[in-house]
Amino acid sequence: MTDTETPAVIQGVVGRDMGGSSTLRSRLEETLLPPIMALTIALVIGDLLILAFGQAPGDVYRLLIEGTWGNGYGLGQVLYKATTLTCTGLAFAIAARAGLFNIGGESQLAAGGFAAGALGLLLPTGMPTLVAVPILLIAAVVGGGAVGTVPGVLRARFGANEVIVTIMLNFIVLALLNYIVAVHLHVPETLHTAEINTGAVPRLADISEAFRGSAANLTMFIVVAAALLLWWFLFRTRRGYELRAVGLQPEAAEYGGIRVGASWTMAMAISGAIAGLGGINYVLGYKHYYEEGFATGSGFLGIAVALVGRNHPVGVMLAALLFATLSQGGLAVNALVPKQMVDVLQAVVILAMVTSVPEVQRVLRAARGRLAG
Amino acid sequence: MIALVFLAQTIRIAMPYFFAAAGGVISERVGIIGLTLEGFMVTGAFCTVLGSYYSGSAWVGLACGVLGGAVAGLLLAVATIRYRADQVVSGIAVNLLAIGSTRFFLRLFFNSSSNSPRVAGLGGEQAGAGLLGIFANPLVWLGILILPLLGWVLYRTPFGLRARAVGEHPQAALSLGVPVTRIRYMGVVLSGALAALGGAYLASDQHQFTDGMIAGRGFIALAAVIFGRWHPRKVALACLLFAAAETFQIQLQGLQLVPSQFVEMIPYALTIIALAGLVGRTNPPAALGKVE
Repeated sequence: MTDTETPAVIQGVVGRDMGGSSTLRSRLEETLLPPIMALTIALVIGDLLILAFGQAPGDVYRLLIEGTWGNGYGLGQVLYKATTLTCTGLAFAIAARAGLFNIGGESQLAAGGFAAGALGLLLPTGMPTLVAVPILLIAAVVGGGAVGTVPGVLRARFGANEVIVTIMLNFIVLALLNYIVAVHLHVPETLHTAEINTGAVPRLADISEAFRGSAANLTMFIVVAAALLLWWFLFRTRRGYELRAVGLQPEAAEYGGIRVGASWTMAMAISGAIAGLGGINYVLGYKHYYEEGFATGSGFLGIAVALVGRNHPVGVMLAALLFATLSQGGLAVNALVPKQMVDVLQAVVILAMVTSVPEVQRVLRAARGRLAG
Repeated sequence: MIALVFLAQTIRIAMPYFFAAAGGVISERVGIIGLTLEGFMVTGAFCTVLGSYYSGSAWVGLACGVLGGAVAGLLLAVATIRYRADQVVSGIAVNLLAIGSTRFFLRLFFNSSSNSPRVAGLGGEQAGAGLLGIFANPLVWLGILILPLLGWVLYRTPFGLRARAVGEHPQAALSLGVPVTRIRYMGVVLSGALAALGGAYLASDQHQFTDGMIAGRGFIALAAVIFGRWHPRKVALACLLFAAAETFQIQLQGLQLVPSQFVEMIPYALTIIALAGLVGRTNPPAALGKVE
């Protein structure tokens, strides 16, 4: 991959915003058709898997909906999972807007959670929550941001392919955290650190009985605010405009006076920071300690979330809800079909999505060309 | 004697890397990023065990493993070549699909969420044979030869010349009448089959499939491909280097000289250093990651 080529999947999303020539209708078609196709394909394959297990698809889907949106606990779990996925999804999305692939969500999320969990051990017990939470929040953002900045700098300074660097960094960072926790910080017989002294974020269940037992907590509002802030940054500020211009065509952006390397570094730093913010959801909102492996899978699923959400902050939040419903739904239907079915479906959605984006665009544009000509 | 044991252990650990890295070299040489080696290995290991379990023959199992890997490779090829889907995202999707579907089929066929029943191996794991016993496994000999063999194919055969041309300058290759698309398909399918052999080796060595058994080995193989700069001979040395580091760590476990986590980091850290150009330039195949 060279610096000049913008992958089609990114172009398909970013291209429209600056193209200006396409009408609202064609924009909507190109944006919405791929996710609809991908979800339809996933639904068909899901039916086949359910039938392979000798169950009726209708029963399974009914149970899936009842177990997620049908009661307070299920809904709470969906909201909790969607919060983390929104963070990793936004992380992939902003890097993609700059024309980069951040495959390091997994380790950035873990680093953010670790930074909050470790600093939380140092804060004095008596410190008020309203002071402690912002401090730990910054720790998580800095922790994730630091891990994200490394591949950004290596790309900007040395042209090192960020795909490979982020993947390799995943292993390095997770091994390092594993070392620190296993050798220095763990509570004996466990893989987690001690509970933080202060800075716990209240759960929804503390406010409304309906959510009893679920992990949903106030972090979700912080994350929604972060998503809206990101939208404002991308579409209403100069730096955001520059970032998108770089993602669209780095050489043209450079000719236009934009410092491409700086944009890349900034995009990766923000990307890592948002992934790191997701660590708060678990460490401050749920368990109150850092635990080995809490981030497993969420980083990669963030890629799916960003794809289906078309790299738009609002789309990402909706897609996060969808994927969170799927993962929680997998647990709800486990009595009828193995919850592992959801792992298959999530992969199918990504594959169907990534193949249909360029295909739909081609077919639609060819059809329009015929109509116009 | 200690040196021999060390060597045998190193070769044993390097075996999956040899196969998967060979798959990585051929895939990247025809222009498709080798992010899916992990998924191919998972598929290969699972299909090997499945075939072995239902046929009772380790060799039938091996054939199933290779076939499974080739099918996974074909899936990636169709997505990236036919539909021109983004290679990075498709690669990750195929990985997730391999991991997810093996989990699902583990439940479907063996009613377990962690491992398959015990199956026959390919030989070389009998008690008493010692560490040198690994050479009784015919797959080990193939593994040792696979990268030199690939080097010969790439640099001494018409197919190899075409494959390299496709990866460096597809338009030029096309204008000379090279069937670019077909070579790409062949490269990716072959990549799947080769990496699957690595998974098959692990499965037959451990006599079963366990969820998570590949444990990032596909990415270590990818690291070896990059660190070895896409040259089969150098890639083989990179595989040996990474395996030797692991062996060293296992042999010295009692001494606690270096924490195991730091040994784990070696392949990844070396790859990042190589990519950053700190030890000479790293030039991937020019058309890597681009289809049209």
